[in-house]
Amino acid sequence: MANKKRNTILFVVLTLGLLLMFLASISLGSVMIPLKDVFTSLTGGHAAKSTWEYIIINYRLPKAITAVLVGTGLSISGLLMQTLFRNPLAGPDVLGLSSGASLSVAFVILGAGFLPPFLSVIVLSPYGIVIASTFGSTMVLLLVVVVSQRLRDTMAILIMGLMFGSFTIAIVSVLTYFSTAEQLQKFTFWSMGSLGNFSWSTIGILSFCVLFGLLLSANCIKPLNALLLGENYAKSMGLNFKRARLIIIVATSILSGSITAFAGPIAFIGLAVPHIAKLTFQTSNHTILFWSTLFFGAIIMLFCDIVSQMPGFDVTLPINAITSIIGAPVVIWLLIRKRNFQ
Amino acid sequence: MKNILSASNLTIGYKSKKTTVTIAENLNLNLSSGKLISLIGANGIGKSTLLRTITGIQHPLSGNVYLNKKNISAYTPLDLAQNLSLVLTEKLPPSNLSVFELVALGRQPYTNWVGTLTQTDIEKVQEAMKLTQIEHLSHKKHYEISDGQLQKVLIARALAQDTPLIILDEPTTHLDLLHKVSLFKLLKKLTQETQKCILFSTHDIDLAIQLSDEMIVMTPENVVQDEPCHLISNGSFAALFKDEHIIFDAEKGKFIVT
Repeated sequence: MANKKRNTILFVVLTLGLLLMFLASISLGSVMIPLKDVFTSLTGGHAAKSTWEYIIINYRLPKAITAVLVGTGLSISGLLMQTLFRNPLAGPDVLGLSSGASLSVAFVILGAGFLPPFLSVIVLSPYGIVIASTFGSTMVLLLVVVVSQRLRDTMAILIMGLMFGSFTIAIVSVLTYFSTAEQLQKFTFWSMGSLGNFSWSTIGILSFCVLFGLLLSANCIKPLNALLLGENYAKSMGLNFKRARLIIIVATSILSGSITAFAGPIAFIGLAVPHIAKLTFQTSNHTILFWSTLFFGAIIMLFCDIVSQMPGFDVTLPINAITSIIGAPVVIWLLIRKRNFQ
Repeated sequence: MKNILSASNLTIGYKSKKTTVTIAENLNLNLSSGKLISLIGANGIGKSTLLRTITGIQHPLSGNVYLNKKNISAYTPLDLAQNLSLVLTEKLPPSNLSVFELVALGRQPYTNWVGTLTQTDIEKVQEAMKLTQIEHLSHKKHYEISDGQLQKVLIARALAQDTPLIILDEPTTHLDLLHKVSLFKLLKKLTQETQKCILFSTHDIDLAIQLSDEMIVMTPENVVQDEPCHLISNGSFAALFKDEHIIFDAEKGKFIVT
C-alpha cells in the first residue's frame, strides 16, 4: 500500500530529525560546542576542552533528555484527551490541568509559610511538589470528566478550562499578596517553565513517571481507536468503557502532573503536537499517531529548547514563552487552513 | 430457522430512586435467523427504550432477554460484541478515519491488544464491503461521502463484527425515497444471503410493510409481533396513531390522510 511506504519514509525522517535536534540542542547555547566534541563526549571520549565536557554531562545532556521527556509526555497526554473528549481543542493546558497543577503548587510554595517548619521542608521537597501537581491536575481532570458526562456539548468543557484558568490566576494573586518575596520568586520561576537545572536524580524520577504514563497510554491504543466512533459504538464493540476511561485519565494525570511539577505549566505542546502528527500522517489510527506524536513531541520540544537558549547570547528565555510563541500561531493556522478540524 | 433473541413477559421502563416509569408490559418477542424485522411505533412510544433493553444497555423492570439461549445480562462486553452489533443514529465524532478503517473497527472484538488486523480480519472486512457495495469508497474519508453511503458503511462495520444479530436504530432517517428503498433492499438481501437476523426501527411504515418478514408494532395498549399481512388483517396498524385524520387503508396497505 502506498500509505505504508509513505509512513515508513516519514518515520525514518522523524528519527533522523530527532537525532539531529538532540545533538543540536546539546551543541548550541551560550557556549557553542562543535558537533565533533559533542559526539566524543557522549560516546565516552574526551572533548577538546574539559569545560565543554563538564557542560555537556552536567548541563546540556540532562536538559536535552528533559526536553524529550516533557515533549513526548505532554503531547501524548494531549492526544489521549483529544480522543477521549472528542474535542480537537483539548490539551493539558486548555482543559485546565496545568491550572490545577499550578494552583496546588501555588498552595504548596506560597502557603508553606503557614505550616510548621518540619512540615514545610517535606512539602517543599521535589516529591512534595510532584505530588501536589499531580493531585491538582488529576482533580481538574476528574472535574472535566464529570462535566463532560453531564454536558455533551464539547464547548462547555473548553469554557470550563478557561474559567478554571482565571480562577487559578485569581487565587494565586491572593496568595502572592500574603507571601514573601522569596516564595514569590520561586513560584514565578516555576510558572515560567524550565527544562534546565535538573539533577540526574530528578531526571530519574521524571523519566520513571513519564515512561509509566507512556506505557499506560500504549495500552490504550485499541480503546482509543474504538472511541473514534463515539462512546456508544465503542461499547457495542466490546470496549469496557469505564475501565478504558480510567486508564486514560490515570495516564494523562501522571504525564501532565509530573511534567508540570518539574518543568512548570508548559503551554501549547499538548494541544498542537497531536494535530501536527495527525496532519502529517493523515490518519486517525492511534497505532501510527502514538509513535508519530512521540517523535514530533520530542523534536518540537528540543527545537523550543534550542530557541530558548538563544544560541550565541548570554541569556536564556523562559521555555513557556517560546512554546506559546510557536504554538499559538500553529493552532490558529490549523483552524483557518482546515475547515474540517480534527 | 434458529431462534436468536427471545423475550417473554418483559416489562420495560425506567427506574429512579423515587419512581418507576413503566413504558410497556407483557412483551413477547422472538427474533429468528434469516429474518428482516422492523420495529414501528409513534414518536415517544418507547422504541428506543425497547431497543436499549434488548441490547443489554438497560435492564428490564421485569422478565429476561435471552440472546442465543443465554441471559443478556450474563454476557461480558466482549462476548456480547461477538453476538450483537449495532448501527446507531448518533453523529460520528470528527476524525480522519477512512471507510476501510471504519469498517475494520468492527473487527475489534476479535483483534489483539493493539488491534492488529490478521488475514482473516481483512477478508471479513472486504466481504462486508462487497456485500454492501462500498468497495469503491474504501480510501475515502468518512466525512467525504454522502449520508446514504455512510449508512451503508456503518452497516458494513456491523457486518464485519460478524454477529448473528444486527440491530439498527432508524437507519433511513436522513435519506430520500430512492436511498430508503435501496437501503431496505440491502437489508433484505443481507438477511437472505447471510442468514443473519436484522432488526431495525423505522418511521417508513409503508416501505416496512412491503419489505419486512415480520414487524413489531408498538401502541400504547400493546406490543405485537407478526407478519405484515396478519398485522394488516388484525387491524394493528389502525391503532398506531390516535388521530382521526390518519386512517389505515387495509387494501392498499397504506396510511391515508383525510
